[in-house]
Amino acid sequence: MGRRLYIARSPRIAARKLGEEMLVMSGHGSTLFTLNPTATILWQAADGATPLDEIVEHRICGEFEVQPEEALRDAEALAEDLAKHGILRISEEPIAEQTRSQQPAAAPGKPMQETR
Amino acid sequence: MSALLQEMSERALRLGVPFTVQIDLTYRCNEQCVHCYLDHDDHGEMTTAEIKHLLREMAEAGVFILTFSGGEIFLRKDFFEILECARSLTFCIKLKTNAVLIREAQAARLRDLGVAAIQVSIYSHRPEVHDAITKVPGSLRRSINAIRFLKSQGLKVTIANVLMTGNMEDYNRVRELAEELGAEYTLDPTVTPMMDGDRSILELNAGESALRQLFRDEAFVGNAEQYCAPPPAADADSMRSLPCSAGHTACYISPYGEFYPCVQFPLSCGNVRQQRFIDIWRNSEQLKEVRSIRLRDLSSCSQCAHGGSCTRCPGLAFLEGNMRGPSTADCEKSFARTGIPSANLLAKKASGSAPRLVQIQLVPAITGNRLSGMGARQAL
Repeated sequence: MGRRLYIARSPRIAARKLGEEMLVMSGHGSTLFTLNPTATILWQAADGATPLDEIVEHRICGEFEVQPEEALRDAEALAEDLAKHGILRISEEPIAEQTRSQQPAAAPGKPMQETR
Repeated sequence: MSALLQEMSERALRLGVPFTVQIDLTYRCNEQCVHCYLDHDDHGEMTTAEIKHLLREMAEAGVFILTFSGGEIFLRKDFFEILECARSLTFCIKLKTNAVLIREAQAARLRDLGVAAIQVSIYSHRPEVHDAITKVPGSLRRSINAIRFLKSQGLKVTIANVLMTGNMEDYNRVRELAEELGAEYTLDPTVTPMMDGDRSILELNAGESALRQLFRDEAFVGNAEQYCAPPPAADADSMRSLPCSAGHTACYISPYGEFYPCVQFPLSCGNVRQQRFIDIWRNSEQLKEVRSIRLRDLSSCSQCAHGGSCTRCPGLAFLEGNMRGPSTADCEKSFARTGIPSANLLAKKASGSAPRLVQIQLVPAITGNRLSGMGARQAL
C-alpha cells in the first residue's frame, strides 16, 4: 500500500449545518465556504486518527456508488483543496491534539462554494 | 455582506433558523460613555454555567454567527472560559469591546481561539474628545494600543464610531486612523434612546446639517448624487418586504437572559433562564407578531415617499411607542439624504410637534462640562 493520509479539521474554523449544507468559515472570518454532501462527510470524519482511505471506504463508498480508487483520488484532491484554504490539516502521520468536540451536525452541493 | 453569506442568511430565513445572535455578557463597563443606552449596574448576570448551557442550546438551534458584547466583555472574569466553550461549539465569533483591557497576551489568545472579528469603539482621533466621551482619561491611547496588538496577531478589527455633537468634526480623521491601523471603519449616525425608554441622550444626536454633510461625503456613501437621489416609489415587492432581520434570522440575549428581537428592540419575548432558547424562538407570541409585520402594514410608512428605500428600524419605532409606527431618527436620515420629508415628518409639522431629533440650532463644541452627568452608550 502507498502512503496513507490523515486529515483533521482546523481548530480555527467556524461551522454549522444549515439545511442540507455545511457552512464553514475559515480562520479569522476571511472566507466562507459551503460544502456538498461528499465534502461534508469527509470534513466530519476528519478526526486526525482515521486514515483517509478508510474514511473513503467506509463513509463515501458506502454512501455513493463509486469505485474506491476513483473515490480516493477525488477525496485526496478535495482534502488538498480544503487544506489550502485552512479548513483541513493533512499529514502522513496521525494528527494529535484534534479538537474532538468540534463536531457540528451533518451536511453538503458542488464539493465547495467559496466567497471572500 | 458577501453574496454567499447573504444567500445563507436567506436560506436561514426560509428554514426559520436563528442565524445570528448577540449576547451581552454584562452591562457593567469600565467606560461611562455619554451616549450609552445601558444601565451599568449588575442586576444578576447569567452565571458561567447558565451561559454555557445557553451556548449549547443555540448551537443545536443552528446559530452560526455569535456576537459577544456588553457593557465591556473583558470585565467578566470568565470571559475566556465562555469564549473557549463557544469556539468548541464552532460558532463564528465576533466581539464588541472598547479594548481597554486587551494586551499582547489577550490578543494572542483571541487569535488562538479563532475569533472572526473584533469591533472596537473609537469616537475621535483626539484624546481630549474621545476621553471626554468615555469619561476615562487615557482610554483612546489604550484602545489604539489594543488595536495594534490585535492587528499584530492578524485579527480582523473594525473601528466603530458614533456620530454625535461632541465628535462630528472628527469622523474623517477616525477613518484615516482606521486606515493607518489596518482596521475597517463603520460610522453610526444615530444616538438611540436608553433601553428603559429615557430619551434625554437624543440631545447628543449630531443633527440635520451634520447628517447632510455626511450623506454627501463620497468617502462614505460612494456616488453621492445617486445616494441622495429622490427615492423610487415602493412597489409590490417592497410592500411585502421584511423591515429587517430582527426576530427573523437574528435575536439578542441580555446579561439577565431576556430574549429580545434585537439589542435595539427591547420587546421581551421570554427568558432563557426559564425556557429553552429554541422554544422562545419558535413559540414566542411577541416574535410571531414581529414576524408578521410587512411594510404594507405600517400605517404611516406604507404611504411615505421613502417607504421602499427607508432604513426604518422597528426597534426604534417600538421605543417611540409603536412597532408598526415610524422611526423618526430614520425619517430624519431620509430627509437629510434627499431633502424630501417623510410622511411622519409632514404629519408632525402639520400637527405642530417638532421632530425631536432634528437640531437646527448651532451645536456647542464638546467640553467636559457639556458631557458630564449624562448617560452613556456603546457603539453598536
